[in-house]
Formats: sequence, C-alpha cells, structure tokens
Amino acid sequence: MTDTPLLKVNDVSKFYGNRIGCKNVSFELWPGEVLAIVGESGSGKTTLLNCISTRLMPTTGSVEYHMRDGQYRDLYHMSEAERRFLMRTDWGFVHQNPADGLRMTVSAGANVGERLMAIGDRHYGNIRATAVDWLSRVEIDESRIDDQPRAFSGGMRQRLQIARNLVTGPRLVFMDEPTGGLDVSVQARLLDLVRGLVNDLGLAAIIVTHDLAVARLLSHRMMVMKDGHVIEHGLTDRVLDDPREPYTQLLVSSILQV
Amino acid sequence: MATPLVVSEVSKSFTMHLRDGIKLPVVSDVSFSVASGECVVLGGPSGIGKSSLLKMIYGNYAVDSGQILVKHQDRIVDLATTDPRTIIEVRRRTLGYVSQFLRTVPRVAAIDVVAEPLVARGTKADVAREKAAELLAKLNLPEALWQLPPATFSGGEQQRVNIARGFITDHTILLLDEPTASLDAKNRAVVVEMIAEKKQKGVGLLGIFHDEEVREAVADRILDVQKFSPRRPIAA
Repeated sequence: MTDTPLLKVNDVSKFYGNRIGCKNVSFELWPGEVLAIVGESGSGKTTLLNCISTRLMPTTGSVEYHMRDGQYRDLYHMSEAERRFLMRTDWGFVHQNPADGLRMTVSAGANVGERLMAIGDRHYGNIRATAVDWLSRVEIDESRIDDQPRAFSGGMRQRLQIARNLVTGPRLVFMDEPTGGLDVSVQARLLDLVRGLVNDLGLAAIIVTHDLAVARLLSHRMMVMKDGHVIEHGLTDRVLDDPREPYTQLLVSSILQV
Repeated sequence: MATPLVVSEVSKSFTMHLRDGIKLPVVSDVSFSVASGECVVLGGPSGIGKSSLLKMIYGNYAVDSGQILVKHQDRIVDLATTDPRTIIEVRRRTLGYVSQFLRTVPRVAAIDVVAEPLVARGTKADVAREKAAELLAKLNLPEALWQLPPATFSGGEQQRVNIARGFITDHTILLLDEPTASLDAKNRAVVVEMIAEKKQKGVGLLGIFHDEEVREAVADRILDVQKFSPRRPIAA
C-alpha cells in the first residue's frame, strides 16, 4: 500500500455567477482506488468531475497530481501543452455519450492507434497489433477494426471508447455516467468489463453516476453530492448499508428492487 | 498474537430521518475481546444487535463512539475511526466475514466468488480456483454448480459458497453470521470441523449461531448481547 495519493483535490469550488456548481470539495485519491461521485441531476457531480479533470477551471481551490517523476504538480499551473499531454497519456476520460470521446469518422483501429501515435509510436505494424489486442479485450471482434464507430451499436461504441482511453496505460480514468443510456444487458456487460479492467490494471478511477448499483459494483469509496456540496462520503458499502445523512437515506431507500 | 480483536465501549444507534428522525438505539457500551484460537459466540434474542455488532466490526456499519481494535500486520488499527483504504486493506489481509446472506457481484461463477479473496491477495487465479474447488467439494456443493453464478442457488447452496469464500484465506479473525442456518446436519458437521481447524491454526472467531448443537460444539465463550442493549426486549 503506497502512502502517496495520486490526486489531491483542495477546497475546489465552482460558481456560475451566483449559482453554486460545486462548493468546498476536498479529497484525496490513491493509486488503484475507485471513487464514485453520486447524486441526482443538478447535484454538481459533473461540474466537479470537469473541475478535477481540467475541463473546467474552478473558481477557487486547487488540484494536484502526482506525476510519474514523483513530483506533485498543480494542474492549473501547468501549460496547456503539458495538460493536454497528461490527458493523452496518464489519464483517460470516458464520456457518457461515446460519440463525444471517439472520432466517429475514422476506423475503430485508428481510434485506438491514434492515441499511441500521439505519444510517439511510429511502427504501424505494432500499433495495429496493439489495437487488435485492445479491441479483443473490450470484446469487439477483430473483423470490425477497419469499420467506423458510426456503424457500431451504443454498447460497442462505449467499449471502443474504453479501449481508446486505456491503450496508453493511464493511471487515472475519469468516467461520466459510463453506462447511461445503455440497455440493461449492455450495461451489465460494460460494468463487468470495467470492473475487470480496473482490477487487472490497478487503475484509479473517478466515476460520476446517479446509479447507486453502479457505485456498489465498481467503487471502493463513495461521495454523495447534493446542491453542489458533498454531504456524505466513505466506504461504499458503509454509505449504502448504513447511510447517516437524510438525503443519503432518501437516495438509498428510493432504489427500485427487482 | 494473543488478542487479535478488542472492542471497547462501542455504542450505536440508527437515526431514521425519513421517519421524522426516530432514533433506534442498537447497542451501548460494548466491550469484549477475542483471543487467538478461541470462538466467542454472540448470544441473545433476535433483533438484539448481534448481526449489527458483526457489521460494525467489519466496517460495514459506522459506530457512534468507541473503538474496534484489530491487530493488522505489525500494527493496531481502530476500525471505528480509520479511513476507507485501511478498512479495505484490513478486510483483504486480516479480517474475514461470512455474512448471513450471500450478496455477490452478479454474473460471476461460484468458484470465482470463492477464489476471489485469494486472488485479491496476489494468489494466481488457477491456484486460487483449485483451493476454492477443494472447499466447495468439502461442503458438498455439486460440481455442476461451480461454474454458475450463485444468484439462482438455493439458500443452503448460497450459504456454502459464502462459507467457502470466508474460509479460503488465512485471515486471523473471522466473523461468522449464522453460517449454518440453512444447512442440513451433514453440512453443519462439516462447518463445525472447519471452525475447529481454524481454531487450531490460531484464528480468532466471533460468531452467531442459533443452532444449539453447533453452538455447543464450537463455542469457547458465550457473550450475551442483551446486556449491551439499551432497549427492553419486546415481549413475544
């Protein structure tokens, strides 16, 4: 168990004029840890995710990342180029709508291979072989490697997005409602895949979801957000089985049982 | 290690915010310890807080006050106040739990459910599965079921998967919540034997057993949880 957090979020707040996007959020994330941020629509969870993944500049607060060279760097004191390099190599971002995280007009293989080329790989044979390997890991048949994602189903697109993100061996993956909008059986398959990959690769992940079952399945720790504030956080099974805050109790009691 | 688990002055109540903040006290001022190689049984009527105590010790329930001290590797950890990462690490290495009902990740084969705690500690998957197979065979779970996800199993079959999963590692403390409730006599005897083996290896066990015969066979000490109950038991 390493003693150095991978990510340190310090008192992050984001205001839209007078409206609170998120307020005073602080937490640390360790390597290999999966954190779920749950809350209903408008709770601020996506705002928070965007603030900590450099997609949205916070109004106050800072986010520090433990670089591969052992230094902590403040993400908002990096150059744009450094941030973008981080996003392409050490990090992944899986969007709710796969079309937002893929290039729809290039082939599946190119979607995966592009990421390798962006970090300097040049041997096309190896790149293609890596792409084939990753497609099979996300259960996309090799025969589809030259097809465009436009020809893929929603579930397949999402799995391709995951492959595209994981091919560079990131240490931290952000996911925004990764199973939103998918059919239940497709959702299940995707969750099993994500769970397996996160385990095998020792990834740290921050997953925004409104679905408590997804949080239960995938995460070690959970933060519950309401109106921009984190109102409860802790071990996932503790928060779900022994919710302390009124809002958390409401959320947990609202889950439909099958 | 002489005393792997010490519970000190633990109190807990539930506050039901959805019911106007009704407060349900669970236990008050609980103090006891479990020594290596002994099996302490929690006794008392249904609803008195026995399962809740086990869940508090496992970190599944929070406590309002008090300490839950566990000897974890080379240090003492207070599970009542430590951070989630540490609780996960303690569960991985030191503290095992056989819950009353099996709740597993769906779509995972029974044999993998059982093997998982070993794999989480770094054991190779095939070695872990062999050990899992041994335990499932000991517990008389038909081999035909091993590759199936346990969700559709009978209560007794699920319980045996749960037991195998809890006993597969060499955790130094085991929490057992009614491990024999749905089992027939033959399998109850197997579990009694498995508990005896763990005791011989120096594992500290804390369990709930409603079955008198099993309790007689495994208990070194019985702790009446009723004396920690802030509520009067409801008349039958």
